[in-house]
Amino acid sequence: MNAGQHKPGANGTVPSRFDAIVVGGGPAGLAATFTLASAGATVACLERGTWSGSKNMMGGVIYSHPTANVFPGFWREAPLERLVTRRDMWFATTDSAIKASFESADFGQEPFNSFTVYRSRFDKWLAAQAAAAGAWMVTETLVEDLLQENGRVVGIRSGRPQGDLEADVVIIAEGVNPFLTEKAGLASCPPQAPNVALAVKEVLALPKEKIEDRFDLEPGAGAAIEIIGEITGGLPGTGFIYTNQDTISIGVGVLLDSLVDNVTEAYSILDKFKQQPQLRRLIQGASPREYSAHLIPEGGYRCMPQLYGDGVLVAGDAAGMVNPINSEGANLALLSGQMAAETVLACRRHGSFDRDALSLYRQQLEKSLIIKDLKKYENATPFLASHPQLFGLYPELMATIAREFLTVDNLSKADKEKLLLRLFRSQVPARRLLKDLFDAWRSLT
Amino acid sequence: MSINSVVCIKQVPDTSQVWIDPETGSLVRKGIPSVANPYDLYALETALGIRDRFGGFITALSMGPPQAEEVLRKALGYGVDRAVLLSDRAFAGADTLATTYALAAAVKKIAAGRPSQTGGGSGVDIVFCGKQSIDGDTGQVGPGLARRLGFSQLTYVCSLIEIDVKAGCVEAWRRREDGRELLRAQLPVAVTVTEQCSHIRYASLPDLIAAAKKPVEVWSVPDLDVDRGRLGLKGSPTRVSRIFAPPARKRGETLSAPSKPVTEVVENLFDRLSERGLKIGRRGG
Amino acid sequence: MAEEKKNAARRGRNNLAAEDASVNAANGGEVWVVIEHEGPEAASVSWELVGAARLLADELGVRAAAVIIGAGGRELAARACASGAAAAYLASGPKLEVYSADPHCQALVELAVRHKPGIILLGATTRGRDLASAAATELETGLTADCTELKIDPEKKLLLQTRPAFGGNVMATIITPRHQPQMATVRPGVFPQPGHLPEAPGEIITSRARLKATAASVKQLEFIPDPEDELSLQGAKVIVAGGRGLKAARNFALLEELAQELGGTVAASRAAVDAGWISAQRQVGQTGQTVRPVLYFAMGISGAIQHLAGMQASDIVVAVNNDPGAPIFEVADYGIVGDLFEVAPALLEEVRRRKAQAGAAGGLRIETGTSK
Ligand SMILES: Cc1cc2nc3c(=O)[nH]c(=O)nc-3n(C[C@H](O)[C@H](O)[C@H](O)COP(=O)(O)OP(=O)(O)OC[C@H]3O[C@@H](n4cnc5c(N)ncnc54)[C@H](O)[C@@H]3O)c2cc1C
Ligand SMILES: Cc1cc2nc3c(=O)[nH]c(=O)nc-3n(C[C@H](O)[C@H](O)[C@H](O)COP(=O)(O)OP(=O)(O)OC[C@H]3O[C@@H](n4cnc5c(N)ncnc54)[C@H](O)[C@@H]3O)c2cc1C
Ligand SMILES: Nc1ncnc2c1ncn2[C@@H]1O[C@H](COP(=O)(O)O)[C@@H](O)[C@H]1O
Repeated sequence: MNAGQHKPGANGTVPSRFDAIVVGGGPAGLAATFTLASAGATVACLERGTWSGSKNMMGGVIYSHPTANVFPGFWREAPLERLVTRRDMWFATTDSAIKASFESADFGQEPFNSFTVYRSRFDKWLAAQAAAAGAWMVTETLVEDLLQENGRVVGIRSGRPQGDLEADVVIIAEGVNPFLTEKAGLASCPPQAPNVALAVKEVLALPKEKIEDRFDLEPGAGAAIEIIGEITGGLPGTGFIYTNQDTISIGVGVLLDSLVDNVTEAYSILDKFKQQPQLRRLIQGASPREYSAHLIPEGGYRCMPQLYGDGVLVAGDAAGMVNPINSEGANLALLSGQMAAETVLACRRHGSFDRDALSLYRQQLEKSLIIKDLKKYENATPFLASHPQLFGLYPELMATIAREFLTVDNLSKADKEKLLLRLFRSQVPARRLLKDLFDAWRSLT
Repeated sequence: MSINSVVCIKQVPDTSQVWIDPETGSLVRKGIPSVANPYDLYALETALGIRDRFGGFITALSMGPPQAEEVLRKALGYGVDRAVLLSDRAFAGADTLATTYALAAAVKKIAAGRPSQTGGGSGVDIVFCGKQSIDGDTGQVGPGLARRLGFSQLTYVCSLIEIDVKAGCVEAWRRREDGRELLRAQLPVAVTVTEQCSHIRYASLPDLIAAAKKPVEVWSVPDLDVDRGRLGLKGSPTRVSRIFAPPARKRGETLSAPSKPVTEVVENLFDRLSERGLKIGRRGG
Repeated sequence: MAEEKKNAARRGRNNLAAEDASVNAANGGEVWVVIEHEGPEAASVSWELVGAARLLADELGVRAAAVIIGAGGRELAARACASGAAAAYLASGPKLEVYSADPHCQALVELAVRHKPGIILLGATTRGRDLASAAATELETGLTADCTELKIDPEKKLLLQTRPAFGGNVMATIITPRHQPQMATVRPGVFPQPGHLPEAPGEIITSRARLKATAASVKQLEFIPDPEDELSLQGAKVIVAGGRGLKAARNFALLEELAQELGGTVAASRAAVDAGWISAQRQVGQTGQTVRPVLYFAMGISGAIQHLAGMQASDIVVAVNNDPGAPIFEVADYGIVGDLFEVAPALLEEVRRRKAQAGAAGGLRIETGTSK
């Protein structure tokens, strides 16, 4: 991979028609573009932002394995923040937390497990790889419509002068607002509550050494903490903290539905979240650098659109490929983009891009972990939405139990157990608890 | 009958996002997006408008690190004919004097490769710059280039209205603090352009696609006829001796309250202003 | 080739000076101010700078001097001396009557080469920046733009030139350690107008500039002054600025009226300019103008950082916005949370009431340096 260097020979000659057009320069679109260009296809990728990732300043976690699948050895060149060596899970209430921590020596070795990245720089790097592979990368261009002939997608229409472009196939990788997917008649769920979560994030600046000190990290290593509990104001949602080089990404995601119901401003949830004492300690003195809000499709398997049509494929967030449990979206986006590209390459050999031919994409996805995972978690979002006790009451109870057990006072342990049981029963009927646990186990594991 | 021009475009950080780290006192630029200096896009549009009317050849020129290629690619998207990036460690740390030295050498090289259309012995008729860059904010590079190239100097141009190719001169309105003046300048000329010139056009999709793979030529020191000692930090007479955060404004008082009548609020305001020496009318307030 | 040689010679000269710049400055390199004038009328920043030059010169133990290029020199020289200059250099010549970069640059460079000043200051105006950049290039020396503070380093005797950079987010102190003269443009309004010294006759040094004929030529064909009532943003003591909250072009009339009553002028945020409600000349901010009035009203402006970049140096900021969370309140001395369509008329009413009470015309009277 030699970023920035354009393939010789291709200069100056502009195809009047492309083998493929990719709409959207996010992980899904860029994986598709890179894969197609590397195989010698003429491919144009259209992105509305100033550059890929320009609207996405924030830090996040990307997984090494799927990324390396598309961009082998990416960690040697790509702009990464920290190598994640520790993953924590907190069950938190407004004033206490139970912390589960997983650390593995494996995480620190090639091919590694995950990294924190700044998407603005990481996506830009992915785009440079696609350009180097020979793709036509076009930014600041909004695709407004699909060109269709007899129900068949034959190209795109952008808002620019002379803005039509034709291709054998269009790969839609437009992210969470599946505007074109709808236009292609492929959408199944409306992209709104209850199928999306709203994430609000903030980046806080803190010197390197302080981060490593507070999070107990080796130099250059990072931590990713997921937090569940009272912190989202009792709403279905989760919080997270990721460490970057000299900043911390902190945020909460809540189902949009619950937000509408509770008329709570997402930002005030984040503000409250930051006041949680165990959390506050980690971010104390850090100065705010950026804010942003973003939607995450959480409809999961149930809301997946038709993934293919005549002359068109859908990949990434646009296809609802987000695992709502660990908000892994980028990896599914990368893999689905790659598979969409491979499908196009396979169809090119037969010269047909109609529905039947492109159904290969769905078959490949079915075989991969993508659909398997999505199916497995198919009930997760509805479950979470209908069980607010998971986000308020249960963590609260867990914390109470822990506190009582760990506090040494003049009650005997036996008395404490009795006391706790009474407390627990008063809050949750036993049958209800059993049912919740069973449902949770079924839909989340 | 055509006009050849060079448009100088600088890649700048989005300055509103640059800040001073209060703990280390150093400038934080990492991760801050870079953009084309906004005034340079007005300059570019002015050049494109002239090419539309008179024909000619436009070269976009930038000096900066390798990623400054991005702004030149953007210029290619608007349809400039050629893009040249001066990139070399030796150019780094240049103040305006060292910048104009390098840019002028590049303009001379570009001119040497193009036959002159309008006399003056130069293959470049107009050098366009923005009125200033939003990071350095000096407005010194345009006039500096004029001086080094021996071109006429037209700064703060708010509209370039006419070119008399036969007579070899341009007419342009120049913005001043107290009004605007119509000037006639002999070609070749260096022009710096204000935000009052037309807004950059919306490039067509075919132009953008063509630009995606057009080459940006990268020139380093050996490509230019220059004296290394006059480049970059070495060739810069000025030094930054200290940087610091400007005194922050503090949030003041909120005068209004939901129940307070607005007349009371404004009365209160003018009382406060009066206490601070701002009085209405000639005698006491 | 010949030009290369001349340049080399000039560099040699500069390097000589460079060897002991500090000594040079202390040993009589004068502090010069180039007077920006049209006939006998000079820009007020020029006098501000003469006052400042005097203080710097006293500290260095050298003379402060004014440089007057073109017609009207004698009268201006007298005024310069009364403002603190110990000498005035007058350059005259046929091409110097009206300002034009090339001949004026040549004249200034000729004087500087002959008399070797230690420091040259100009106003950071459209003309001052035009001339200073050309002359600094010709003299191959450093030029610091838009200074807001000038000091002398007590040890090295260098000029410490402080200026905002990165759209005002950062302040930088710049020095020119090894080149002479040290040049800077300085923003209007940074230094106070000097008081009139009792008639202090200074030395007047006159010369006729010997101008080389060059290809560069710029002639003025016409000048259209801005209408009187459209006070320039730079000079305005009071600015009433409107943003998207104004909702329509016609609502600017409201601000116009208020500005007029206060003896000020109207400005706008980019959102209002982009909406076509007011001309781009009135835009304050990162890509507009930087203003520093005594009083700045932000009406229906959210206070995006790019806008703040252009108005944060105002002495007193009053913000009117119906969103209590608008960032403009973070920088406002006085915040009014409310509907501007109610507040603006009330402001106007109050100003008129106070004026009537004081029985006086005129706008806002500024009594002292406003303290924060
Ligand atoms: C707060 C938050 C935290 C997350 N954290 C993680 C994490 O830690 N790990 C992880 O793996 N995933 C995470 N995700 C999910 C991840 O960001 C997404 O799943 C992933 O980016 C999806 O990639 P994509 O290419 O499908 O879509 P996107 O990244 O959204 O890309 C779509 C692109 O298409 C462009 N576009 C859209 N419409 C048009 C059009 N009409 N014309 C032209 N261009 C268009 C957009 O500008 C955009 O660049 C997180 C998401 C959020 C919101
Ligand atoms: C590179 C770059 C350069 C830029 N340069 C500049 C620049 O030089 N200058 C500049 O200004 N901007 C600049 N901007 C744009 C800037 O980011 C903002 O978009 C702009 O300043 C917003 O203008 P506004 O505050 O008028 O509008 P908005 O942000 O829309 O704010 C309008 C405000 O009015 C309030 N309001 C509405 N109705 C009422 C009412 N009836 N009564 C009271 N309040 C009301 C609202 O609450 C809101 O806060 C630049 C942006 C970029 C990217
Ligand atoms: N490094 C550079 N590369 C290209 N053009 C530049 C560069 N620096 C300055 N310029 C041009 O000079 C103008 C004024 O810049 P400045 O003098 O830095 O305010 C800019 O608007 C650009 O057109």
